[in-house]
Amino acid sequence: MHEFSIASAVVDTAVRHAAGRHVTEVHVRFGRLRQVVPDSLEFAFGIVSRETVCDGAKLSWEVVPARLRCTGCAHEWEIELPAFRCPGCGGAAVTVLSGEELEVESIEVEEGAACIA
Amino acid sequence: MHRVKVRVVEDALDANNTIARANRADFDRAGVAVVNLMSAPGAGKTTLLERVLAGGSSIDGVRVGVLEGDVQGSLDADRLAHLHVPVVQLNTASGFGGECHLDANMVRSALPALPLDDLDLLIVENVGNLVCPAEFHVGEDARIMVASVAEGEDKPLKYPLMFRTCELVVVNKVDLLPYVDFDLERFLYHLDAVHPGVAHLEVSARTGEGVDALRAWLARVPDRVQTPA
Ligand SMILES: [Zn+2]
Repeated sequence: MHEFSIASAVVDTAVRHAAGRHVTEVHVRFGRLRQVVPDSLEFAFGIVSRETVCDGAKLSWEVVPARLRCTGCAHEWEIELPAFRCPGCGGAAVTVLSGEELEVESIEVEEGAACIA
Repeated sequence: MHRVKVRVVEDALDANNTIARANRADFDRAGVAVVNLMSAPGAGKTTLLERVLAGGSSIDGVRVGVLEGDVQGSLDADRLAHLHVPVVQLNTASGFGGECHLDANMVRSALPALPLDDLDLLIVENVGNLVCPAEFHVGEDARIMVASVAEGEDKPLKYPLMFRTCELVVVNKVDLLPYVDFDLERFLYHLDAVHPGVAHLEVSARTGEGVDALRAWLARVPDRVQTPA
């Protein structure tokens, strides 16, 4: 399942940034075009994070809408369905402005000592 | 004990992409172009590859090697021995069955076994799966996917990530068109919606139709790689 591959990548990233601290929450942002099923990702995350510092952490997420820009006529629009031709001029050259993200935005960790910084 | 928020803002696939870039640098140094060949299970890419290489390991003077990552569609030693094509088999099987995709690290582990200095083009046959392989770069110059007319004509709509990431879509098994419920025009219409202007080839690994065109396309891939001085 797709979500297992992604969950592993998310956990690896979080573990690296946690630097040994226990993680209580991982916040991810993924674009619409990534076709991530949130419930499946959450399920996969729960399994993949076992026996890592992310064990038991909460996974939270936001979905970034897919926005395109036509190179030919500069039209910008949001897509819900996979239709990438410009509805304005029919052009094929489009730039994806957003919607391809697959990002660990932040993690929440437990600090043993008081944070002075 | 208190909780602190740590800003990360990192692509979850960064680690893979970093290794993919290292692979790419090694391939460039050896002057080898790399094609990542992907498909759904059963689209016939192994048989197609055999057809493409039926004349031997050289296509129009381009020396080809294969990195075989698809355990299911494995081009085994016997099948390739008579073709004299250098093949390295990646063991992607784990305790829970095969991996669902190749990642940059798996390909990296195979580098020492590959005769890169004797190759111009390396074809990496990915695991048959239309989802995960699209996410993981392995250091390739070009991505090709093989779809077959035995699959649904709405495949591009279901797997836009895969169809968008490829620069060539090979429609295989066209010899079956009269016998299957597959509307090629509709498939191409959906393909154009998902990846406007993408190149496609219609082929049959069984009859050999269109295989020359695919061979010619592959033979041009090394032109993009700078030959080391
Ligand atoms: Zn336009």
